[in-house]
Amino acid sequence: MTAAAGGLLALRLVSRTRTERLVNLVICLLSTRRFLTAAQIALTVPGYEHDPSDPRDHEAFQRKFERDKAELRELGVPLETGTASIFDQEPGYRIAQREYALPDILLEPDEAAAVGIAARLWQHAGLAAAASSGLAKLRAAGVEVDPQATLGVEPVVTVDPAFGPLTSAARERRAVTFKYRVPEVDEPSTRRLEPWGVVCWRGRWYVVGHDRDRDATRCFRLSRIVGDVRAGGPSGAFEPPAGADLISHVAHSSGPIARTGRATVTVRPGRAAGLRRMAAEVTPGPDGDRLTINFGDVDWLASRIAGYGPDARADGPPELRAAVIQHLKELIVRHESPAVSA
Amino acid sequence: MSAPRTPSGDRLGRLLNLVPYLLARPGILISEAAADLGVTGKQLREDLELLWVCGLPGYGPGDLIDMAIDGDHVTISHDAGMDKPLRLNQDEALALVVALRMLAETPGIGTRDSIERALAKIENAAGDLAGAPVAVRLPANQKRLAAVRAAVESGHALRLTYYTPSRDESTDRVVDPMRMLMVGGFNYLEAWCRRAEATRLFRIDRIDAFTELPEPSAPPAAAVPHDVTGGVFRPGPELPLVTLRVGRGGRWITEYYPVENVVRDGAEWQVTMRVTDLGWAQRFLTGQARDVTVLGPPELLDRIRAQATTALDQYATPAG
Repeated sequence: MTAAAGGLLALRLVSRTRTERLVNLVICLLSTRRFLTAAQIALTVPGYEHDPSDPRDHEAFQRKFERDKAELRELGVPLETGTASIFDQEPGYRIAQREYALPDILLEPDEAAAVGIAARLWQHAGLAAAASSGLAKLRAAGVEVDPQATLGVEPVVTVDPAFGPLTSAARERRAVTFKYRVPEVDEPSTRRLEPWGVVCWRGRWYVVGHDRDRDATRCFRLSRIVGDVRAGGPSGAFEPPAGADLISHVAHSSGPIARTGRATVTVRPGRAAGLRRMAAEVTPGPDGDRLTINFGDVDWLASRIAGYGPDARADGPPELRAAVIQHLKELIVRHESPAVSA
Repeated sequence: MSAPRTPSGDRLGRLLNLVPYLLARPGILISEAAADLGVTGKQLREDLELLWVCGLPGYGPGDLIDMAIDGDHVTISHDAGMDKPLRLNQDEALALVVALRMLAETPGIGTRDSIERALAKIENAAGDLAGAPVAVRLPANQKRLAAVRAAVESGHALRLTYYTPSRDESTDRVVDPMRMLMVGGFNYLEAWCRRAEATRLFRIDRIDAFTELPEPSAPPAAAVPHDVTGGVFRPGPELPLVTLRVGRGGRWITEYYPVENVVRDGAEWQVTMRVTDLGWAQRFLTGQARDVTVLGPPELLDRIRAQATTALDQYATPAG
C-alpha cells in the first residue's frame, strides 16, 4: 500500500469514527431532559474517552468537543446550553426534541410534486444543495416525491453571487457595503445599504433598501455588484418599513409605454419583417408596402428605421423623417474614415 | 449561501435523516431507498452499518438502533429516539420557499393552486425561517403563453409563424413541441423543428401565429433538449467577431448581450462580441448610431456605409 493510500484510509477511519461519535452525541442529547456537562458526556458517549487528570489529554478532549458542537450547530442542530441546577457551575448541554424535529408535514401528491420540481429549479450550486437537502428532510418526514413530475413550464433560474450574502444580511438586518458599477459611470462606487430584501423582477435580481449615503430608498441590480458584499456592524441594526412592497420599488418606472405618435413608413416588398411586425396597418403601394406604426419615442423608431437602410423609408410625420435623416448622416460621419483601432 | 459543508457534515446530515426515512417506509428495498436518497447502494449499506453501532447511552442491546435486513429489504425496529428528521435550516428554507414562490409566479403554470398549498405548508414547517426576504415577480401577460401551453399540452404538432431577428424574417414551420421554459425573464417553447431538423428554442413573444395540427407531436430520438443553464444564446467560436467603440449611452450592450471582451479605457469602451449574423449586426448597431461606432470587420463597415448612403438618397427629394 502506498503512503498516500494509507493516509486516505486513516482519514476515512477518523471521519467514520467522528461521524459515529456525532450521531451518538445527538442521540444522547436528544434523550436527556437534564443538561449534561462535558464531563458527563465524556463518560457516556463513545469516542470521548480520556484521562481528565492528564492536562494534555483533557485539553485534546475539550478541543474535540468544541469542534463537535460547532459541527452540530453548523448542521442546524439546536444545542441548548444551561445548568442542571442552580448549584451547578459547569454549563451543560441538551437538545430539545421540540426544537430539533421538523414539524409534522402532510403533503398531497400534487403538493409534493410541486416541492420536488421547486427543488430542481436552482442552477446555483449552493442553493441547489440546500434545496436537495431540504427535500431529503421532507422525504425523511414521510413525504413521497415523484422525481418524474413536471409542470407546464420549467423556469430556469440563475442567481448572482451577491444573492447569498444579501439575503443573509437582509434576514439578520445587518448593513452591507459593496462596490457597484453602473455602465454609464466609469468607476465603481462604494455603497452602504440597509438591505430590506432581494427581488426577482423579470428574470433579473435586485436588492432594495435604505442607502445610508443617499439617505433614501434605493434598489441595486445584483449583476452590477463588483466583488464581495461585506456585512458590517451588529444584527438588528435597522427595521424595514412595515408592509414595504419591495417589488414596487423595482417596478415603478417600467409602466406601459404610451404610443401616441402615428408614423407612416414605406418598406420594400418582402423586406423589413421586424418593422412589419410593429405595424398596426399594412397597405400595398406602388413603391412598396405602406406601414402605419404607432410609436412613443421618435428617436427610438428613427433608429430602428435607419437600421433597415434602403429597405425602409420614413414618410411622416416630419419630425420622424428628420430624425431618420439625422441618424443616417451621423452614421456615415462616424464610419466615414476607416477607424483606427486602439 | 454558507460555505460548503465538510464531507463528514454531509454524511452526518444524511445519517440523521436515514432513521426517520426508513421508519416511514418499513421493508423498503435498499436499492430503492438509495436511489431516493441520491447515494449508491454500497454507501447506504455503510450508513446502515454505522447506525447499527449507535444508540442511547448504555449502548446495550436494547439501546442501540436496531434494524432487520432481510435480503434487500430493511426495516427499523428501534429508532433510539431519532424518529423525526431535523428541521429545515435557514438555507434549506430559503431555497425551497423562494423556488416555490418562483414557480407560483411563473406565467403559464397550470398548477398554481397546488404550488400555493405546498408553499403554505413548507412555510409552516419552516417556522421562523419561512420569512425569506425575497420577493418574486416574473413577466405577466400572457394570453399567447397560455394558448401555446394549452396547445403543447394537447400533444399535437404545431404550425408556427415565427420571427427570427437574426435574419429579420417571419417563416412558417411545423414543430414537435417538447417543453416550455422560462429563462432570464423570457418564455420559450422548445421543440423539434422539422424544417431545420434540429431542436430549437422559440421565444413566445416572437411566435406571431400558430395552429394546432391534427397529427401528434412526435419529436425524433435525435431531439435533445438544450442545456440553458448558461443562458439561451451562447455564441460559439464559429460566429463572426465584431469590434465596437461604445460611448456611455451604449454601454448597456455589455450587460445585455454576451460579449467576448471589454476594454474600459476612458469614456469610450472597446467591445468585442460575436454575432449570429452580420445583417443583424448592421440593423442593430446602426440603430445605436449616437453611441456605437463599428471598428470591424471591414465588410460590416462597408455594409453600414453603403446602406446608410443609399438610405439617405431616398430622402434627396422633399417629402411629397
